[in-house]
Amino acid sequence: MRTRLRKWSLLLGAAAVLALPLTSWAQLTQFDLEKTLNAESHVGNVTGRAKDAAASYRRYCVGCHGTLGDGEGENAVWMDAPMYQKPRNFQLGVFKCRSTPTGTLPTDQDLYDAITRGFDRSNMPQWNTLSKQERADLVAWVKHFSPRWAGEKPGTPITVPPEPEVTAERIKAGRDVFARVQCWKCHGVQGMANGPSASTLTDDLGRPIAPFNFTDGSRPKCGDTDQDIYRIFMTGLDGTPMPSFADNIKPEEAWDLVFYLRTFMAQKSKEKGLAKQLALKPVDPNAPAGQQ
Amino acid sequence: MRVSKSSRLSKLFRSAMSVFLLAMAVIPVVLTSSQPAHALPAFARKYGLRCSACHESWPMLNYFGQKFKDNGYQLMNDRDAPIWQNPGYWPVVFRITPIWHRVSVGKVQVDTYTAGAPDGGQAVQRVSTSGFDLSGLDFHTGGTLEKNVSFYLLPSSDPTGAFHFEQVFVRFDNIFHSSWFNFKLGRFELDNLLSEKRILTLTGNGGIYQTYHFIPQGDGNIFGQIGDNQLGIEYLGHSADDRTRISASLVSSSDGNVNLSTGANSYSGFFAGSQAFDLGRLGVQRVGFYAMAGEAATYYLTQGGVPLGGSGIANKSYSREGFVGQFYFGPHLDLTVVTQHGSDNVWFGQGYGNAILTDGNGGTTATCSSPQAGCPANNVPGTALPMGAQAPSWNGATFEGHYVYSPQLIFIGRYEVEKMSQQANGAACTACLQSSSGTYTAVGATPSNFGNITSYTIGFRYNPFMSSRAGLAWHNEYNWLHQDGTGPANLVTGALTNINTSEILMGLDFDF
Repeated sequence: MRTRLRKWSLLLGAAAVLALPLTSWAQLTQFDLEKTLNAESHVGNVTGRAKDAAASYRRYCVGCHGTLGDGEGENAVWMDAPMYQKPRNFQLGVFKCRSTPTGTLPTDQDLYDAITRGFDRSNMPQWNTLSKQERADLVAWVKHFSPRWAGEKPGTPITVPPEPEVTAERIKAGRDVFARVQCWKCHGVQGMANGPSASTLTDDLGRPIAPFNFTDGSRPKCGDTDQDIYRIFMTGLDGTPMPSFADNIKPEEAWDLVFYLRTFMAQKSKEKGLAKQLALKPVDPNAPAGQQ
Repeated sequence: MRVSKSSRLSKLFRSAMSVFLLAMAVIPVVLTSSQPAHALPAFARKYGLRCSACHESWPMLNYFGQKFKDNGYQLMNDRDAPIWQNPGYWPVVFRITPIWHRVSVGKVQVDTYTAGAPDGGQAVQRVSTSGFDLSGLDFHTGGTLEKNVSFYLLPSSDPTGAFHFEQVFVRFDNIFHSSWFNFKLGRFELDNLLSEKRILTLTGNGGIYQTYHFIPQGDGNIFGQIGDNQLGIEYLGHSADDRTRISASLVSSSDGNVNLSTGANSYSGFFAGSQAFDLGRLGVQRVGFYAMAGEAATYYLTQGGVPLGGSGIANKSYSREGFVGQFYFGPHLDLTVVTQHGSDNVWFGQGYGNAILTDGNGGTTATCSSPQAGCPANNVPGTALPMGAQAPSWNGATFEGHYVYSPQLIFIGRYEVEKMSQQANGAACTACLQSSSGTYTAVGATPSNFGNITSYTIGFRYNPFMSSRAGLAWHNEYNWLHQDGTGPANLVTGALTNINTSEILMGLDFDF
């Protein structure tokens, strides 16, 4: 009896020892990260260096994003999705706000813009008081967390064609696009984030996530200019259920959709005025396709 | 088994040495271990940011914290809403500092004794005082009442527990959706780039900026003290990234004292502007200027010879003008320079102005009236200036450097110098007569360096740990201050003497 117990103990002990490397394989360690401290970023004519960002990261970022950039800083426990967005896990190398096609790495400028702009509806504020150099260094620091940058290059930024003039026809056409690609399933027929799928959405890590509510005055996460909104549905928000529609809608249709989405937003706009004149009705999800 | 006494002692000694060595080994590890540096209690609890995000070293703000403050305690996102609260949020912070300090005053005139009894003589000697002590207690609370409407309330006590309202104001921000239109009303600190209310030092003389408070010896203008919180209204405008800032305040000339016992019917203006420049790896540098100009009463109506609070008239003018530079030399080293010129009306120079002495908490402390001895001067009708009286003016400078080893450890060094450029009693006053205490005495020109101040402060603050609910700094500081001519007169020659004061302070500055 005692011999059997000893045998099992030895086996379990050996298994535990063998499993140890697996845990470090799943999670980058400080040792791993030190090897990538030579990471650089290039934003305009500023070159950022990861090794120069350690102090800034510790001062401004580590509370949420954690020492290892895994999004498990001391404040992460207070942020429960979907009401509070969890901090980004930089080790995954997956980013929502990009100018590059879905599935590709963002450019350094994308990461720089994200740090500068911050994210509405999250704990990430605007860091535009930091010097350009500090922000560029932080971009390099963010990159040093993920092994993706060692083997991949950022995608080529998509081309945003010149913005056309807003017209009533374009807004009506945008409504058709909204119905056809079924934006309403998540965002709701009036953009109030109450579509039939809204409550079931999860991100790539399985955490609940809410669709964007166009009507409550929030700023879109990746910027609030028309170009930013265009870019969001042509690149998608990687890591979230928001896909890229680059293969589904043409550039001129994407502009139509931008104009239609503007009619939902709380801010005053030309689009809202035109929609009022048109007396546009919300999309009818129960109508046959093409007649919604 | 019997153990000899020497063996027991040897064992005891070895045990004591072991404990000592263990302590020596463990204490540095505990002190230097890198603990998470969390947020300052009230706002950080709300936003989930570390204190180091807003503070170069608490309580001194960095640029991000300054922008947060300039936006009316808002990050300008949806988290600003009063209803949006982190589960760990509690909107009140208290701060107090138990300390040990030793104050040494170089020259104090004391009685002498012979055979156990006072002999009527006097001597001048150094007096040192040391012991454990307490700071006052601050209760900070602030936040948004509504989008772009915020408040701050700071009841504060002295070490004995006597409370007053150190800061109280309501802010209206981003009027017309513009960061250039912000207003606040109440009792607040003037828009000083080098904030005295966020000073990193705590000693009696090092815990204030001498440049902000300096007035000539005998001067009666207590109202132009830029470091004190003032009562009034302030306009503030800033660019979206806070690189450009301007502000203008209109305040009562009461030095922030409530009840208008002083400062009634007289106002002062304060204007500040600054611009920051991004100099790459050196960091963001800021240069700016400020000016304070106003007038304050020199004559208070009297009743039975006693000045009446709130009845001040015969306003006289004063002004302060300064330049500020905040220079960063990379992420660890910075230097702030303030230079200031000050001038007071000739009447202030002769001691008129503070006829109603205040206790700093809104009360008054004096009920006597000049020309009684010891009573402050009151510019009653018919008062004439002595011959040779002139408007005093002076120049001052503050140099404060920080070495920020990490957000948890900061070293501080400061040099301040205040020099009179024109004394209130000029050369023309030699051998003239001045009315004082109802008699006439001969006075001469004041020595040109009379009242000049030189001060050095060094120290460091170490935060061994911080949490999202509390902060603790182990504070160590030394201050040395030299003032020309204000020591007791030489007992033999009657000549003015200089005085040196020093203070060493250690304490635990904590907030929750």
